[in-house]
Amino acid sequence: MTSPAAPDDNLRFARRFVTPEGADLGLVLGSAGDRAAAFLLDLILMILSLILFGLVVLAIGIAAGAKDFEPWGIIGLLGFFVLRNGWFIIFETGRRAATPGKRVLGLRVAARDGGRLTTEAVLVRNFLREIEVFLPIMFLIAAQQAGDPVEGWVVILGMIWTGCFLLFPLFNRDRLRLGDVVAGTWVVKAPRLRLGADLAAGQTSNGFAFSRDQLSAYGVKELQVLEAVLRARDKRTMAAVADRIRRKIAWYKTPDERDGAFLQAYYAALRGRLEHRLLFGHRRKDKFDKA
Amino acid sequence: MNGDLRSNRFRTEREGDWQVLERLLAKVEGGAVSRLTADELMRMPLLYRSVISSLSVARATSLDAGLVAYLEALAARAYFFVYGARTSLGTRLVSFFRRDWPAAVRSLWRETLVAAAILTLATVAGFALVWTNPDWYGAIMPEAMTQGRDPTATTAFLRDTLYHDPKGQPLSFFATMLFTHNSGVSILAFALGFAFCLPTALLMAGNGLPLGALMALYGSRGLLIPLGGWLSIHGTTELFATVIAGGAGFRIGWAVLFPGRLTRLEAARRAGHTAGAAMAGVVVMLVCAGILEGVGRQTIRLDWARYAVGGTMLTLWLAYFYLPRRERAPR
Repeated sequence: MTSPAAPDDNLRFARRFVTPEGADLGLVLGSAGDRAAAFLLDLILMILSLILFGLVVLAIGIAAGAKDFEPWGIIGLLGFFVLRNGWFIIFETGRRAATPGKRVLGLRVAARDGGRLTTEAVLVRNFLREIEVFLPIMFLIAAQQAGDPVEGWVVILGMIWTGCFLLFPLFNRDRLRLGDVVAGTWVVKAPRLRLGADLAAGQTSNGFAFSRDQLSAYGVKELQVLEAVLRARDKRTMAAVADRIRRKIAWYKTPDERDGAFLQAYYAALRGRLEHRLLFGHRRKDKFDKA
Repeated sequence: MNGDLRSNRFRTEREGDWQVLERLLAKVEGGAVSRLTADELMRMPLLYRSVISSLSVARATSLDAGLVAYLEALAARAYFFVYGARTSLGTRLVSFFRRDWPAAVRSLWRETLVAAAILTLATVAGFALVWTNPDWYGAIMPEAMTQGRDPTATTAFLRDTLYHDPKGQPLSFFATMLFTHNSGVSILAFALGFAFCLPTALLMAGNGLPLGALMALYGSRGLLIPLGGWLSIHGTTELFATVIAGGAGFRIGWAVLFPGRLTRLEAARRAGHTAGAAMAGVVVMLVCAGILEGVGRQTIRLDWARYAVGGTMLTLWLAYFYLPRRERAPR
């Protein structure tokens, strides 16, 4: 379960994505960091499964009493080839349109035009990985073997050249990789969120009664910050926030009043008030909004 | 107004639907669609539309950020399912083999021709160089590829490399290595196209030079015809695949360089669409070539039979890609 992205991120990377029903899904693009992490995770998983695959092939070979290891070498070589080229393709053509690494990070591949993600698009975006990732690695290996200075310079130029491809996602708004550009895809957040409890549920005032003035102190932004605080349930933050609110609305704390109960009651009352005004077309953005 | 918020009631009323949808989605995402019963499959679009409407209502009337985020995520997941797979894998495969693949290759004919020309020129150049001065051989051929096939080798040894049966195995380790190497080259040729075509051209030339050098070496011993058979049995398929991959790479590089009236991004996307279909076909061709190389080359040892297989494959591919056919009305 990934938590919803921080609001700032959401603003910067949210993209309009209107379904045929006319609703904007408000998709959020995967950040460069998330995607790099997903790729590294995939790489590690690939190497692990490669080692596992090699061991299994070897074990079967030994169990079969093979004297000649050539066929097992062939199986290993083909397995390596399929894994290297097929890992991303096989997982991304699946239902989740995401490799295991992307799943962990809550990402998935989608067609930019909102249509179906085709097998061809997945092939293209992953074949281009060849120049984004494997070519720089090849240059790195070449750098180890470079003998004379000329060769060294060639390698350095090559690394700069391929570096442009590797870092390409950082230089465009939509965080598109070369493969994404050509395949017409992008990577979006597709977290699986659990529906949290409704914090305003069953709050029949609980002995708290707030005046209209006290409920006019805040707007939607503050309400949602309060929601986040209540969902996180961190004792010290809750105490600090409760104090701030009490001071702001001039609320006198009774000795047996608990911070959690107070905050929850105030949240429910404030939300009721703001939603009521929302129905009449007044959306009060934040506490500075005079609407 | 405390306690019984409108948004609260709204949530209690609709929550059941959301949970059903979430359960079905988890089922589908974990495995095949076939895990859904017919009834559940029928409910899916209805539930999807209901969650979309819930999302619109929630955005307009609820200030519960957690609820809206949840609905957005759920609606997106459902959207990808409902609009993600409009045709079954079977129909997609049929349309790929019947229409998409040959159409993509046909529309790449100019690029394919250029790639083929570069490969041929490089082969001729490699042949001419080594023919006039065998010293070139070592410079052109990567050492790992020769496996003893160099100018110092005896004619008998060279002849043996064309016909010997490596320990009676149909698929030798060396052949597998060549296959994975050559497939890698095809993919790289495609990917490098993005870098403005030039690297793909270099790669094509780099593939042709050793080929020509090898021909000159065997030719100098009067073994050109047998070598041709040895190469062509799988080579017609494999080299054709490489040439198409190069052509697909050229298409993308050209679109990025000269997008015309489109934006660069859109031009690249369109080129990628055609090139992608061609590349899916290249993968199929490479698998064919692998089978031909692994099985065919070791079991078929008559020159004329090798030529016949290679020639037949080439004719089949050419006919499949380029023979004019009646346009079916797209369904």
